[in-house]
Amino acid sequence: MIFKYLFYLLIFPGFLFVSVFGMIVGWVDRKVSARVQFRVGPPFFQNFYDIFKLWGKEVILVKNSPYFIFVIAPIIAFASVLITSTLVGTAFFFNLGIGGDLIFIIYLMIIYSVALILGASSTGNIYSSIGAGREMKLLLSDELAFILVILVPIIHAGYKIDLIQILDYQQVNGMIIGSASGIIAFIVGIICLQAKMAMVPFDIPEAETEIIEGTLIEYSGPLLAFWKLSHFMMYVFMPLLLVILFWGGISFASIGSIIAGVLKYLLIVVIMILIKNTNPRVRIDTAIIFFWKYASPLALIAVILAILGA
Amino acid sequence: MSLYNKIIKKSIWVFHASASPCNNCDIEILDLITPGYDIERFGIKLVGSVRHADVLLVTGIVSHKVAPRIKQLYEQAPKPVFVVGIGTCTIGGATFKQSYNRAGAPLDKIIPVNAFIPGCPPKPEAMIDGIVKLLGTLK
Ligand code: SF4
Repeated sequence: MIFKYLFYLLIFPGFLFVSVFGMIVGWVDRKVSARVQFRVGPPFFQNFYDIFKLWGKEVILVKNSPYFIFVIAPIIAFASVLITSTLVGTAFFFNLGIGGDLIFIIYLMIIYSVALILGASSTGNIYSSIGAGREMKLLLSDELAFILVILVPIIHAGYKIDLIQILDYQQVNGMIIGSASGIIAFIVGIICLQAKMAMVPFDIPEAETEIIEGTLIEYSGPLLAFWKLSHFMMYVFMPLLLVILFWGGISFASIGSIIAGVLKYLLIVVIMILIKNTNPRVRIDTAIIFFWKYASPLALIAVILAILGA
Repeated sequence: MSLYNKIIKKSIWVFHASASPCNNCDIEILDLITPGYDIERFGIKLVGSVRHADVLLVTGIVSHKVAPRIKQLYEQAPKPVFVVGIGTCTIGGATFKQSYNRAGAPLDKIIPVNAFIPGCPPKPEAMIDGIVKLLGTLK
């Protein structure tokens, strides 16, 4: 029993699978971005080299700063991402709930951001404090829309907050994306993921050219590798979560249905990469206005439609 | 050759430290990441924070004001780190040879330097060649 859970957590669909697959998707992201800009792009194993190299570099702690928070923050973030991806992965691949529902997943996703804020503000670096402040504002702006988006499948499934029950509902009654409320929530959901993953146009906390990687500026060596790896793992579980919530997951009944499941995932990833490459970075106030004025009300409309049964 | 050296060759993150140049070398460095040269295909990436750097690209004569800061930057970079001096300025001073405000001539009087790439400014091809040669010395 315990070995089974350890297998889920460490090998499939946990650490090993998600990190390797995440780095490959990260490479797809870099390669597609390069092709869009008429460049050649990095070789296939580039992200593996990067992470491996970071493990051999020196860790530098900042003098006069709370080391403990600085060191523990990336590990907490990594752990929360790992647990989320295990939960989402077991639901996706095995149709199996191993304890933990949507509320738990929402909490774990917030923990990642909170760890990022704590780690960044513990250094005392001015750019990293700006990054932490922006991350906090971004969290405040996208969280409401994201929770409203998640409410839509919950309401459709008859107020069930379990991933498995939502999947079961979709097996019987068709995909939630087929309904009017589902499609609105799905579109808002993709934009929320963009913000949660801090991808352009919402890479405001990391803004490389502006506040030089902001939140991560003081991290080096293995600690930076933890942050980068958590970010790669997000490439896997965030789109998978949307597929589970709105698109009925995957079924292993036939080759065709497996390919369909993979295509759903890839479609979301490609949409996110294209949004990333065709938009400039927005200012933080624009982002807040966008989420509170447009995205959240849209998600609220979807929730109301869902309650009315549309 | 150890495995680690083999890998670090394929993933070089460079930090661009400008130590009182005429700015021409800096512009040539930025050329490296444009579609024409695209050094990302060798895994070379320009990073913004010195804490992420594997190679420091230093340009310019190091003036008295910048010298302590360049030393500080070198100390802040996580080891192993390599330093490459870009442009004739870092070696002989180029146009600013006679300047009263030249702290270190050449750059390796101030921080240890692994390679110099001469030229005023060096062509992007020369810089790529220089960095590749530097990595060739890694055992
Ligand atoms: S080497 Fe020449 S181009 Fe480069 S900074 Fe010096 S004077 Fe300018």
